[in-house]
Amino acid sequence: MNDSTMNDSTMPVLQVQELSVALVGAPGDAPRHVVEGISFDIRAGETLCVVGESGSGKSVTSFSVMGLLAPDALRPSAGRILLDGEDVLACTPERLRELRATRMSMVFQEPMTALNPVRTVGWQIDEVLRAHSGMDAAARKRKILDMLESVRLPDVERIYQSYPHQLSGGQRQRIVICMALILNPKLLIADEPTTALDVTTQKQILALIQELQRSHNTAVLFITHDFGVVAEIADRIAVMNRGKLVEVGTRDEILARPKEAYTRMLVSSVPGLAPAARQAAEGDPVLVVKGLQKTYAERGLFKAKRTVHAVRDVSFTLRKKEIVGIVGESGSGKSTLARCIARLIDPSSGSVRLDGTEIATATKREFHPVRKRIQVVFQDPYRSLNARIRVGDSIVEGMRNFGVPEDEARARAVELLDIVGLEADTMDRYPHQFSGGQRQRICIARALALRPDILIADEAVSALDVSVQAQVLELIEDIRARTDTAVLFITHDLRVAAQICNSIVVMKSGQIVEAGDAAAVLTRPQDGYTRQLLDAAPGRHWDFKRFRRMEAAAS
Amino acid sequence: MSTSIHSIAGGAGITPAIRKRPRSALVRTLSTWPVMAALAMLAVIVLAAMSANLLGLADPMSINPMERLKGISAEHWFGTDAYGRDVLSRVIHGARISLMIGAGTAIAALIPGLVLGVIAGYFRAADMVIMRIMDGIMSVPSILLAIALVAVTGASLLTVLIAIAVPEFPRVVRLVRGLILSLRDEPYVEAAISLGTPTRVLMMRHLVPNTVAPLIVQGTFIFASAMLSEAIMSFLGVGMPPEFPSWGNVIAEGRMYFQVRPELILLPGLFLALTVLSVNMLGDAMRDALDPKMARRV
Amino acid sequence: MLRYILKRILATVPVVLTVAVLVFCLLRLTPGDPALILAGDAATETQLAQIREHMGLDRSLATQFMLWGGQVLQGDLGTSLHSGTPVTAMIGSRVGPSLALALSTILLSTLIAVPLGVFSAWRRGTRADRAVMAFSVLGFSVPIFVTGYALILLFAMKLGWLPVQGYKSPSAGLVAFGTHLLLPTIALSTGFVALIARIARSSVLEVMGEDFIRTARAKGITERAVMMAHALRNAAVPIITVIGVSIALLISGVVVTESVFNLPGLGRLVVESVLARDYPLIQGLILLFSLVYIGVNLTIDVLYSVFDPRIRY
Repeated sequence: MNDSTMNDSTMPVLQVQELSVALVGAPGDAPRHVVEGISFDIRAGETLCVVGESGSGKSVTSFSVMGLLAPDALRPSAGRILLDGEDVLACTPERLRELRATRMSMVFQEPMTALNPVRTVGWQIDEVLRAHSGMDAAARKRKILDMLESVRLPDVERIYQSYPHQLSGGQRQRIVICMALILNPKLLIADEPTTALDVTTQKQILALIQELQRSHNTAVLFITHDFGVVAEIADRIAVMNRGKLVEVGTRDEILARPKEAYTRMLVSSVPGLAPAARQAAEGDPVLVVKGLQKTYAERGLFKAKRTVHAVRDVSFTLRKKEIVGIVGESGSGKSTLARCIARLIDPSSGSVRLDGTEIATATKREFHPVRKRIQVVFQDPYRSLNARIRVGDSIVEGMRNFGVPEDEARARAVELLDIVGLEADTMDRYPHQFSGGQRQRICIARALALRPDILIADEAVSALDVSVQAQVLELIEDIRARTDTAVLFITHDLRVAAQICNSIVVMKSGQIVEAGDAAAVLTRPQDGYTRQLLDAAPGRHWDFKRFRRMEAAAS
Repeated sequence: MSTSIHSIAGGAGITPAIRKRPRSALVRTLSTWPVMAALAMLAVIVLAAMSANLLGLADPMSINPMERLKGISAEHWFGTDAYGRDVLSRVIHGARISLMIGAGTAIAALIPGLVLGVIAGYFRAADMVIMRIMDGIMSVPSILLAIALVAVTGASLLTVLIAIAVPEFPRVVRLVRGLILSLRDEPYVEAAISLGTPTRVLMMRHLVPNTVAPLIVQGTFIFASAMLSEAIMSFLGVGMPPEFPSWGNVIAEGRMYFQVRPELILLPGLFLALTVLSVNMLGDAMRDALDPKMARRV
Repeated sequence: MLRYILKRILATVPVVLTVAVLVFCLLRLTPGDPALILAGDAATETQLAQIREHMGLDRSLATQFMLWGGQVLQGDLGTSLHSGTPVTAMIGSRVGPSLALALSTILLSTLIAVPLGVFSAWRRGTRADRAVMAFSVLGFSVPIFVTGYALILLFAMKLGWLPVQGYKSPSAGLVAFGTHLLLPTIALSTGFVALIARIARSSVLEVMGEDFIRTARAKGITERAVMMAHALRNAAVPIITVIGVSIALLISGVVVTESVFNLPGLGRLVVESVLARDYPLIQGLILLFSLVYIGVNLTIDVLYSVFDPRIRY
């Protein structure tokens, strides 16, 4: 996809040589390295993707290039970083400031907090020009407006005078890109710039970066954890693990012919869009949702009444042993839907029948015995467990609520831990002693304790590293096979849904736009929006598990 | 996806993936020398106050007109006041009162504050009512409210304590309410709800324990502020009844003779200042220890 | 924007009402018969009955409240028991010194504390920073009367540079006004400088940890520009918040300072009225102070919207 034939210079724009970054600790302590002995090059016009899981040190590497490491926490302890031949690590602070935005610049992960909330965005972009160029005010404004147009923002005059809070996440990220590229730096560092954006917005931003890169022959250092994105945009890939560089190669080399075992493991864990061969579920319906609505009415003293239809007339059926994926971008209502079904919030109207029992209108007391039949696993494993309570007590809590005697509950808890692949001594430990993936397993064990008929996984794997994600998905699949549990799998990522779902429901703005068998939805989508989502899924042409491109899709 | 990456650049430093256990951080912060000094000072004052009667001091109440307004001497380390009473003895006995008021106010403010704060934080309907009332109480400047309350109920140790506690407790309610509001949205609370945990158990097990540490910190600041308030009120003549040798009263009594014997005001004042200082420093240290994120910034 | 201001004003109404009820009830809680207190022990039954009717003490509590509320809205805060003059007149005659003291303190404190706090944040961890922090703890631990008397001892008695006590209104000459106001202002300011400097510092530090500061640095602007153009603007809101909240403390401080330095202001009036059990006066004063405080906070709320464009709905 990316033509690297534009390379003409002999010297790479960026050369990282044996870079090591250590934690700033007490003097006398042996230095603990966060990054060790990293080396790679990037040439003009080339995109190098640095991939790794959390803790791999990829972000630290990118911050080191810009000289943005917090001096009281991290410092480069060895190596050189040559930007056009100049060692950035040996620069004076003044020189470093000169280089920033003019020779190298950076785009960060969180667009919502990347901009100063009390200044207009025009002023903020102008700051770059004021600091580095001698242009007069009128010339600067013209240049900024041009730049705003080149990042495809509409109505540039109005945007120039807007404050960040008046813009969406995608728009804000475009502003950050403006600030980064307005002075044509040779190197653009992008640290997970699209991770916090919707998949359709992500596609636009990635396309934008590529377009700008092509027109100015910029070298791009792109940090990401998402192999799908890598497959789309990388010329070359560098794989990092625990601070070390595992492997570097061209995109095809890494994705199709990885040499190292770690790389093989990582690539094969990446969810692709190929639906797993899976029969449609045939069990009896266990959950029937009809016409579910959730409306929020905002009434201000002086504001006009505003109604938000979070969930609008949603109907679907969940059968025993079935995994239904509810897929949608942010604001689609999928989480609200899940919460209505679990009665964590009350639906405005509609019917939810669990094995014939109506639960949408049940009072809290009526609903209480039904609670144990619907359990939820939440998104953030770091906040889903009370940090002050031992794991064993957390797992046992549900059972105790429903009258199970203490020792029986504890025995079952140990069993459950075994099912999710954790040792019995986990019972006496605290959550902070476990990794994200392990904590999520604990949450699954806790949810299963009550032998629910329905397990709702609300973005349960979204916060996990890709290898861990694969394991947890396998676990969910395993549980489903062993018990009669039906799973409602909420996710924003079609690729993840493709891994385990029997059927898929696509939501947009509170409504269902398409529903059906997973294979059908993924390969023969009927609705325009579904097609859009599929089209925007990064890496959709790659079958990662099998280290090859997908056969031409029928869509 | 690691959330700790964000804190690497930009000045906040790495937040460790494994949270440090509060105890070791607390011990470490308390081991710096200014804090140790504060603790030591406080310990001395508390001990002196508790054992006031055993220290062989002169009777703080005994009037001795022959000895009036004598300066600092070997016999009277702080001199004597207008009635010939030994000032050092009065100051140490006064410490008792101040410390009792400090501790009493803290407890009197913290406990109702916690209860109301939890209710306001958890039940939206109650929230509106409770917070309006709290706002109302907080709108009256605290000294004035305390003075008015004492004026209405008459002065005694208990009424002064309650009068000082009343303006303090809305702040506690606000603190607890804020904490509960943010904790309520945490996934682990939602998880507990979906596990069928009854509300009362939910509050006690999942919400309240997280309020304890900030409350203790707030409590120490209330302690210090209460001692100051009592002193101020007694100094103005609207606090403790004159027969109590509270620090405020001792200072008030020294007012008239300030030009002749300034130490009658300054020495008890110094004592008061040092005690309040120690408590405040302790509060600071605890806050830094219990909230490592804040420690780097404050 | 106008909408926001109106909303804020409306939000103060329940608070004002609560304060009114509070103040009203406070004095009605006095043990003993108010009419007796008013008239003195030698009053006859008829006189007492007259007083009761005059003050509406024989009506229900709610009616009394309405009557009193109505009076207040017309600007009538009652009549002082002790002196017989209307409360509003008494307040008017004594407001000068308190206002002068309060304003000069706020001005001095803010002008010193904010730069001090910002500087401290800038030089975080250095000895200068630690010194400022140490001073700050000291500042709000030492009671005002100790500072006050210490200052008097040093500057007025030992050095003789400034008067020991008393107040001179500006009409008596600006120099006299200034020299008499100087020590009280300094005494009162120590606590405030301590408080505001500390909040300024922590507020700036908090902002410096935000993501957009990192973005600003990535643009290659100087550290000073980062601080001035980015950090300060964002730190302003918490800082003005604390200034607003500390007005309540200011009022308490004024009461004590006026006592120490013998300034004939409203603070001393409060103490005098309490000692004299002059209930209408106490009531009027507390109500006044509370309304001032509410008003100040309302102004602060509106000021927020100047600094933070997000708060302008």
